[in-house]
Amino acid sequence: MEYLSYITVCHLSSFPIVNQIFRHFLLCYLFLFYTMERQAAYMRNALFDQGYLDEQFLQLEDLQDEVNPNFVEEVVKLFYTDSVRLIRSIELTLENTPWDFEKLDKIMHQFKGSSSSIGAKRVKKECTQFQEYCKVGNFDGCMREFQEVKQEHAALKRKLENYFQVFLVVHLAREAR
Amino acid sequence: MEYCNCFESPWPADELLMKYQYISDFFIALAYFSIPLELIYFVKKSAVFPYRWVLVQFGAFIVLCGATHLINLWTFTMHTRTVAVVMTTAKVLTAVVSCATALMLVHIIPDLLSVKTRELFLKNKAAELDREMGLIRTQEETGRHVRMLTHEIRSTLDRHTILKTTLVELGRTLGLEECALWMPTRTGLELHLSYTLRHQNPVGLTVPIQLPVINQVFNTSRAVKISPISPVARLRPAGQYMPGEVVAVRVPLLHLSNFQIHDWPELSTKRYALMVLMLPSDSARQWHVHELELVEVVADQVAVALSHAAILEESMRARDLLMEQNVALDLARREAETAVRARNDFLAVMNHEMRTPIHAIIALSSLLQETELSPEQRLMVETILKSSNLLATLINDVLDLSRLEDGSLQLEIGTFNLHSLFREVLNLIRPIAAVKKLSVTLSLSPDLTEHAAGDEKRLMQVLLNVVGNAIKFTKEGGISVSAFVANSDSLRDPRAPDFFPTHSDNHFYLRVEVKDTGSGINPQDIPKLFMKFVQSQPLATKNSGGSGLGLAICKRFVNLMEGHIWIESEGLGRGSTVIFIVKLGIPARLNDSKLPFLHKGPGNKVKLNFSGLKVVVMDDNSVGRMVTKGLLVHLGCDVLAVASGDECVRAVSYEHKVVFLDVSMAAVDSFEVAVRIREKFSKRSDRPFIVALTGNTDRMIKESCRKVGMDGVILKPVSVDKMRSVVSDLLEHGYLVESQ
Repeated sequence: MEYLSYITVCHLSSFPIVNQIFRHFLLCYLFLFYTMERQAAYMRNALFDQGYLDEQFLQLEDLQDEVNPNFVEEVVKLFYTDSVRLIRSIELTLENTPWDFEKLDKIMHQFKGSSSSIGAKRVKKECTQFQEYCKVGNFDGCMREFQEVKQEHAALKRKLENYFQVFLVVHLAREAR
Repeated sequence: MEYCNCFESPWPADELLMKYQYISDFFIALAYFSIPLELIYFVKKSAVFPYRWVLVQFGAFIVLCGATHLINLWTFTMHTRTVAVVMTTAKVLTAVVSCATALMLVHIIPDLLSVKTRELFLKNKAAELDREMGLIRTQEETGRHVRMLTHEIRSTLDRHTILKTTLVELGRTLGLEECALWMPTRTGLELHLSYTLRHQNPVGLTVPIQLPVINQVFNTSRAVKISPISPVARLRPAGQYMPGEVVAVRVPLLHLSNFQIHDWPELSTKRYALMVLMLPSDSARQWHVHELELVEVVADQVAVALSHAAILEESMRARDLLMEQNVALDLARREAETAVRARNDFLAVMNHEMRTPIHAIIALSSLLQETELSPEQRLMVETILKSSNLLATLINDVLDLSRLEDGSLQLEIGTFNLHSLFREVLNLIRPIAAVKKLSVTLSLSPDLTEHAAGDEKRLMQVLLNVVGNAIKFTKEGGISVSAFVANSDSLRDPRAPDFFPTHSDNHFYLRVEVKDTGSGINPQDIPKLFMKFVQSQPLATKNSGGSGLGLAICKRFVNLMEGHIWIESEGLGRGSTVIFIVKLGIPARLNDSKLPFLHKGPGNKVKLNFSGLKVVVMDDNSVGRMVTKGLLVHLGCDVLAVASGDECVRAVSYEHKVVFLDVSMAAVDSFEVAVRIREKFSKRSDRPFIVALTGNTDRMIKESCRKVGMDGVILKPVSVDKMRSVVSDLLEHGYLVESQ
């Protein structure tokens, strides 16, 4: 489909040419592109090696096809939207006294569920830890753990964003026939 | 006794006289008797004698005369009457016979005389025949000589051998002393002594061609006797003796250019060689007519043989030339093939290499556009984007065109929805048309089938190109696209005499007309439009753009689809209509009307019993819900995703085959949902399968699920294969063979 939309764009956006620019861009981006492909591969490996992602992420990638070309990205986006909301609600819950461990547990359960759905291994681990602390009613532990969760969450978000940026370019290029 | 009546002789019986009479009579009788004997003897000896009867008569006459004379012997003395009677009888008989003979002879003697003349005549005739036979023999000899000569001459195709052989054979046949051949030089002004019989290496003698004797010989096709002292005949050193007679004859030298097909060579411009023949000196031999004829015939044969040799030379030369050219052409062809292969390899590599950076530019520029930019920067980025899009188009077009020209482009036939193709194209251009305030109308004929078989991508490309052009060149008004099935009348275009549409049962011709109210085209320019790299209005290129390849590519694609494309325009400012006809196949009956558009991607191993399978997924976690839904969609199912139990129970219908319930939810009790679903469907056959999804490996969960009446439990995380096997198990066996 992208080829078709591509053709559309190309056919309909015929405007005056700026001749000089291509040549320069061509050379620059040729070089840049090759580095990018390597970069994408490296980043992906790093994500798995460093334990940020597990096989579930691979499963998600498998589900990506012609019908859903951006499935992974969409899921991840959804995850972040969702998780932001959950984090906010945990924060609010933690601010209120008395501390409602059950509620925290529930929220974190959801969070854990989402993270495991996308294969965010580290985040899931932290969530499990958090739930442990919740079960025993350890507030400090919960707070500490919550920070960890947030950290891991943010780190993963950064990494995934970078990865997607590069991967998109590479993917587009590779997909082009 | 009676006495004879003889008279007493007046004289006294002279004894001596009586004696002599007596003897002579006796000898006469003897002679008379012997003559017939001799006659008979000799006649018997000779084979033929026509006059036997005459002979008999003559014989009788002579015998009787002899008898008379014999009987006369007795009458000298006194004799009795008997003797006298006998004598008289004999005399009478003799008289009769002799008269008869005399009469007969009157008839015979002229005959005998004529025999003599006839004999003379025959002798003359025989002499004449002898002479003639001699002549014929001579002619036959001549003929044999000619044949032999010709055979010798024609047995070779080598010029030199021909001429040499001629001279040798002529010399031998006619017993010549010298035989020479004078050939015209290249300039044609002189005759050069080329071959002689006796002299092995003729010195370079030349005579000018304009000599009177030469002219005389050249003007006639006969052999001409010439004087031995003329320059052409002075070949031998002057001897003491009288030189023999010399004859000269012309030998026409026919050139290849003289021969026209069906035409004999022109006699006007001819080159001749001169053949000079000398009889041996002191032989007092003369040239006979037959010899001259022989010489003329030989000269003609030589001419023919020489022309054959010339033709052969020419054809050999032509053949050598052709072979050389063949070799050169072969080499050129191989080089061309190598060049084409090299170009294709280059294109194949450059294809990938060229596209990837362009895509990089386009993608990143688009991304860049979405970030915060100052207006200047935005303008720059937009320019970059537009330019790179254009470049990408250019590259695609050029690569496509080169593949099209190679003939290596093949259509990818597939079944597609024709109606949706048109709608898509129009949806794509509607925004642009809206910006330019142009109206867009689409009319699809009702007899156009919904599905067709063909190359969807390329057809769309053609359509987009045509419609895009229409929009580009229209400033106001609108464009209208109409499509219908072409019948045989509308198929034939008088401008395309070599477009012969054929009808068959599983193909139809789609005719599309795109009418616009734009600037129109000059009818003279129309043929140029489809040529590549040609742009109309080269001066007003500010607004037009493009590479000029678009229509050329369209034409190629349309031709590949066994169709035809052409433009009709009434002139500048009157709008134009682009019409194209392409051949599409009628797709085979679709066995499942619910054939989804889902299974287009590669690597999608959908089992046919999954496709279109209606399922429900319940999960209150949006991420999880999305993942499970994605999984099932990937497998080809038609998924309804719900977030709450109530919604789930409401939504489940007899159409749904499987319901996936996430059991790890906190807010919703999935077991309750399962029970409610079971209650909803009274008949077991209508009820969908209920499967639980859980991340909990606890055995308790499984028990609970079983108790509630769920058909299976799936442990999260679920892979594609696991899901597939679960669903197929459920559908096949009605329960999960192995709860995983």
